[in-house]
Amino acid sequence: MTYTQLALAAVAATVVLDLAILRTRLLSRRVFWASYAIIVFFQLLTNGVLTGLAIVRYDDSAIIGGADPVFLGAGRIAYAPVEDLLFGFALVVSAMAWWVWWGRRGVQRTPYSGPPRWFSRSASESGSTPGTDGARPRG
Amino acid sequence: MGHWSYLAVLGFIVLGTGWLEVALRTRVFRRWRRLLLALAPVVAVFVVWDLYAITRGHWTFDGEQTTGVVLPGDVPLEELLFFVVVPLAAILTLEAVRSARGWPVGDESPVPGSEPQ
Repeated sequence: MTYTQLALAAVAATVVLDLAILRTRLLSRRVFWASYAIIVFFQLLTNGVLTGLAIVRYDDSAIIGGADPVFLGAGRIAYAPVEDLLFGFALVVSAMAWWVWWGRRGVQRTPYSGPPRWFSRSASESGSTPGTDGARPRG
Repeated sequence: MGHWSYLAVLGFIVLGTGWLEVALRTRVFRRWRRLLLALAPVVAVFVVWDLYAITRGHWTFDGEQTTGVVLPGDVPLEELLFFVVVPLAAILTLEAVRSARGWPVGDESPVPGSEPQ
């Protein structure tokens, strides 16, 4: 199989993992898409270094684009093959899904994260009380 | 950067997300057993993928920009670290957003406060 085929299969498998196997349903949650927006920005940045400096190189018969790391075009975004975005999606979603799954099973479910130490929580989140710890309710 | 280039990128990811544990109280490192259990299947699957891709020549690594420490299967040490560092960064980001916004993640107790700590 090519990298393109494997990357597409990995995304499909990850969606099934999240929605059907582990039933973590991260893909239906705001918290995931807000996190992923941050992650994909930094993926483009860091992976742009790895590919733009040719630390990692790709065989042009395994990807839809070419072997030459151009900034944009020819199957590449920020020097990296577009397949890397699918690869990263599968890696990130599966890690988060397993994390949530173990928590839901009761393995170190708590202490939950937050509240922020150096930032105040968004004013719209009036239901959460800064300063409380552990198993505070979440809406 | 020479042989440290790939490691430096990984270091940037660790530093770029590790501070969230303090600033946003993500409590991911503190829940290290859960972290290891979450990482294990992901590392296993993606290392297998990496082994296949390296065997088939899908990608190669510049020997001048990696440390040269190579694991069985011609997997550079940096690759194994990548599959730990990136999922860790993802989990830290998820918990940071939960900390900042209070949005549910899916592991919340059915009856809040009823679970043992």
